[in-house]
Amino acid sequence: MRWGSNTWVGGSLVGLALGVAIFAPWIALTDPVMDANLMNAELPPSWEFPFGTDAQGRDIFSRICYGARISLTVGIVSQICNSLIGVTLGLTAGYWGGWWDDLVSGLTNLMLAIPSLVFALAIMAILGPGLLSLVIALGLTSWSYSCRIARAQVLSLKSQGYVQAARILGYGDLRIMFTQVLPNILGPLIVIATLGMGGAILAEAALSFLGLGIRPPFPSWGSMLSEARDQIRAAPWLSVFPGLAIFFTVLGLNLLGDGLRDLLDPQSQTRRA
Amino acid sequence: MLLVLARRLANVIPTLFAVIALVFILFSVLPGSFISGMSEEGRTIDPAVMERMRKEMGLDDPLAERFAKYVAHTATGDLGTSFRTREPVTSLIGARVWPSLKLVFAAMAFAICVGVTLGFLAALKPGSLIDTVSMVTAISGLSLSQFWFGLMLMYLFALTLNWLPSFGYGDGGLRNLILPAVALGVGPMALLARTTRAAVLDVLNADFVRTARSKGMSEGLVVKWHVLRNALVLVITIVGLQFGSLMGQAVVVEKLFAWPGVGSLMVDSVFQRDMPAVQGCILMIVLFFLFINTLVDIAYVVIDPRIRYG
Repeated sequence: MRWGSNTWVGGSLVGLALGVAIFAPWIALTDPVMDANLMNAELPPSWEFPFGTDAQGRDIFSRICYGARISLTVGIVSQICNSLIGVTLGLTAGYWGGWWDDLVSGLTNLMLAIPSLVFALAIMAILGPGLLSLVIALGLTSWSYSCRIARAQVLSLKSQGYVQAARILGYGDLRIMFTQVLPNILGPLIVIATLGMGGAILAEAALSFLGLGIRPPFPSWGSMLSEARDQIRAAPWLSVFPGLAIFFTVLGLNLLGDGLRDLLDPQSQTRRA
Repeated sequence: MLLVLARRLANVIPTLFAVIALVFILFSVLPGSFISGMSEEGRTIDPAVMERMRKEMGLDDPLAERFAKYVAHTATGDLGTSFRTREPVTSLIGARVWPSLKLVFAAMAFAICVGVTLGFLAALKPGSLIDTVSMVTAISGLSLSQFWFGLMLMYLFALTLNWLPSFGYGDGGLRNLILPAVALGVGPMALLARTTRAAVLDVLNADFVRTARSKGMSEGLVVKWHVLRNALVLVITIVGLQFGSLMGQAVVVEKLFAWPGVGSLMVDSVFQRDMPAVQGCILMIVLFFLFINTLVDIAYVVIDPRIRYG
């Protein structure tokens, strides 16, 4: 096992984002919502306010620190939902086959045909804005990849000796699926979940930007960009820093995903000739 | 060829029907209707008027009846009447399709030109400076949020340098198209660069390439005759998948650049709770996806005669 530089760089970026999210109250200089001070409105970056201030005089750096909590929560929780749905459907479909497999495959094709952002947009329209709706909308709409991968892997593992042995020993279907098959296909699923987390963070930003996700004054990176957009000419720093926060977090997740893929799944290496 | 088409259609029609059903189910449970939305805006509506409007729009009919009606109308191309403008949804969307298509095609053209070139150059000299630069560009492109990138492009090229208009459709010319197309195309560009590189590297290691080289074929000819054509199959798969989903991905970019496409119509309709229009937009986006995928399946057969369906 060789930890490539991708894994290190990506892991550090993700670790940094996680650290900022967890320790936000200690890192942030001011309260992200309450500390509005019109005397400080729209100051460019300085020693006192490293990322500048917004139209209400709130410190952008502090808001980004707290925003990390929302972005990462949405990313992690929605990916857990997607993985649970996708893996359960994929495992059972591949293992049992028959009409259940047909049904799951049909459902997967359906999910692939509707772009997940459009689907999430429709769900947000129904549920209304907010953190919970975001997690539900993003957690229900992009499980098709993990489902497909789980299903394909089960199909190839089903005839392996140790699965047969477990069956002869009288293990139940579900027990075989979750104790014998699942541990052996965890690698690619972790990769998919890592990459999906980046996608979920981008989708959260997009939905909040449209005004359907987290609503101001609460700081999410997307809602900050949504507020900043009208002042791009006068105060470009309002847009630059939240965008960079999104970029580096998602970059970290993508690099980590690539690195883990090389590590866990030697067959599909990003090829280095 | 006909067989390919028939097989595809047999796949497409059930999917389309399932999407219609799903969209209908989603929106028939929508808690706030257009009418209650109107009274939320500060005006109170006479209950009698409300009752009459509900009847007129058929919101009181039983669910199954509404669904049957909806499917029957959709099948004949009638997507209903917009709650908001009272126009037929079909004409509402019809007016938006052309700008949407223009944006999607321009974005894809950008993605293919830049992405395939980068990936190709990277694969010919693995480990070189150009390889590193391309792959860093690619992973960065995948990590960008389109609308933020668009916002930065807008700030730099429109507001600071004043080279291009910052938003709007203008007269429909190229100048208004460039920024939104680049913002939308950067994701597919990155993905294409990575796929092309992997595909070309794969083919370069294949036996028939070694044979071609060992019989003394020049490197240029090897690339032209053997590598390009074989790498193309994988590249086309990604182009097709990206292309098909691009109209849906365009939602945010269209909104940012005030581009009058299907995506921005969908966002506006979501805010106005104009259910028929939202349903229509989703159907349009899915239809586009399925159409492009069918085209890709046909393209496979044309490019690679080994692939046969049937």
